[in-house]
Amino acid sequence: MDNYPALIVITPLLAALLAGIAAWTEERLSYPIALIGLAVSMFAAFKVLMQVITSGTINYRMAGWAPPMGIEYTIDLLNAMVLLIVASIAFFNLIASYKSVEQETSDRAGSFYAIYLLFVTGLLGVTATGDLFNLYVLIEITSLTSYTMVALGDRDRGPLASLNYIFIGVIGASFYLLGVGYLYLKTGSLNMVDVANILSGLHGSSTILVAFILCMLGIWIKMALFPMHVWLPNAYSYSPVAFARIVAPLMTKVMVYVMIRLMITVFGLDYIFETLNLSEAVVWLATFAIIAGAVMALAQKNLKKMLAYIIVCEIGYMVGGAWMGNQLGMTGAILHILNDALMTFALFLAVGSMVYKLKRVDFIDLKGLFGKMPWTMAGFVLAAFSIIGVPPTCGFFSKWYLILGAFEAGAYHFAAALVISSLICAVLFFKVFEICFFEPMPEGHGHEDSSSHVAIEEAPLSMLIVSGLVSISLVVAGLYSGTIVNTIILPFLQ
Amino acid sequence: MTDLLTLIVAKYNYWLYVILMMIGLYAMIAKNNLIKKLVGMNIFQTAIILFYVSIGYKRDATIPIIQNAHGGNDTHAAVIHAVDYINPLPHVLMLTAIVVSVATFGVAMALAVRVYQRYQTLEEDELRMRLVDIGPEK
Repeated sequence: MDNYPALIVITPLLAALLAGIAAWTEERLSYPIALIGLAVSMFAAFKVLMQVITSGTINYRMAGWAPPMGIEYTIDLLNAMVLLIVASIAFFNLIASYKSVEQETSDRAGSFYAIYLLFVTGLLGVTATGDLFNLYVLIEITSLTSYTMVALGDRDRGPLASLNYIFIGVIGASFYLLGVGYLYLKTGSLNMVDVANILSGLHGSSTILVAFILCMLGIWIKMALFPMHVWLPNAYSYSPVAFARIVAPLMTKVMVYVMIRLMITVFGLDYIFETLNLSEAVVWLATFAIIAGAVMALAQKNLKKMLAYIIVCEIGYMVGGAWMGNQLGMTGAILHILNDALMTFALFLAVGSMVYKLKRVDFIDLKGLFGKMPWTMAGFVLAAFSIIGVPPTCGFFSKWYLILGAFEAGAYHFAAALVISSLICAVLFFKVFEICFFEPMPEGHGHEDSSSHVAIEEAPLSMLIVSGLVSISLVVAGLYSGTIVNTIILPFLQ
Repeated sequence: MTDLLTLIVAKYNYWLYVILMMIGLYAMIAKNNLIKKLVGMNIFQTAIILFYVSIGYKRDATIPIIQNAHGGNDTHAAVIHAVDYINPLPHVLMLTAIVVSVATFGVAMALAVRVYQRYQTLEEDELRMRLVDIGPEK
């Protein structure tokens, strides 16, 4: 079928409408509708990836209008991969979410699923589109849905965190929009490939320079690159856990994808690294982001907040890798989009199970958790090892590429920051393990030997199965990272 | 000095948008009241919308509606020069951007109402104090 690219985006959109209607009339239908919509979308994404691997880039014209007039979906190896990541994480998270949603937002479950689907639609659209203005609109759909989601969470702090997120998010989106305006002023086109063709003759133009800086600033704000990260920790830790599990692995990664897409497809690596020569400054910025993220994570006393700052640190890895100016760094950055999405998803799945059972995840609440929730903790440990970068988990391989890239570019400070932040992550996670493993349960066990008498109280089976699958996929992605690099990333970069 | 003046006068519309944008940004950063911040946000977005609207303009051009395009009385006169019509595309784009900004503003207002219901204030410093009173976070 030729319409798979459109199907990826449109199915969740239609499902969102239906789930929204169902929320008013027959609320228990919302969940199956969402599940079916995302399953179809995931299947289509898989088909598209296979098609792109065998027969090359797909150019899908919306409603048959030819570019540059019409909106085109350009799907090459990079975004086919990201599409599959987004669609499958959204689907599996939905399976794990049923119980959390029932517990946290039971009165508004139908609307939750409708907004969830819209959010996924936005992310998939951002990934699939080949049009600069369309990209802006879809980024705003994604952001709007996440504003509402954050407000649905913590009743005391959620709305305020969400408002602050809106202020910063709007500035980011507006900068991007202004950048697109400058590009349009100079090229008269909005189609990415078309703009790139026209730009190749305009490298000296200061308008293009301004456009480039504005676009990058906007995207950096949206992806929470240090020092523009202030909104992220609050927004992620106060949102409902079912949403935190999807926004944490996907939102920032998709924005990194957008940055790489703008760099490679629209402005061109020659322009960025040879004409502008900005590489060094941005790699330094990424280095600061890594160190700052890791250090701020050390200061946290709440598991969700700590993970949020680790995300800030991971963004530094990807931005640094992409701006290294060589193929190894870019390979590392793209591989890290996949790996980091999986790792963060695995971590937040475990946190989701903990929140489901414990309600709060301050470090004090985690005492004795290994005895109480052994399977959840097993998944958590595996994901933590992956974040630290222990082989054979996937986190090791992308860090390896990033370090190789840093050495090739002579950016030793970046490599050092990467190693230091890995060590800090190790300290952080072992601190958590220690609390969970050695410290006794806080109450109700008297003087008895607590370790042998803790009743096992696991999370629901749906969460455990998804958590197990994702944890296994961390190792699988690690073992097959050579295949992924050779079939997807290297052919894309050539 | 005269160079600068001519530059400002020749492109006065763009300078106005820059000023508007800065006013909006200032309000978003410096104001203490959440509603004032929201107003700043709206000014900021409007400045960009105005910028787009004005890049579609051409001197001595008219609105892009082609007379007799569907074979009116005087079909021979319908030779079309793009120079005679302003560029409608940025305007159409801005219709979408206006929808986006209205949606954002709506969500933000709804959230402000929520914040007010919970804390009885919209001043940021007071909110910060209330948050401290609530105690350790979840």
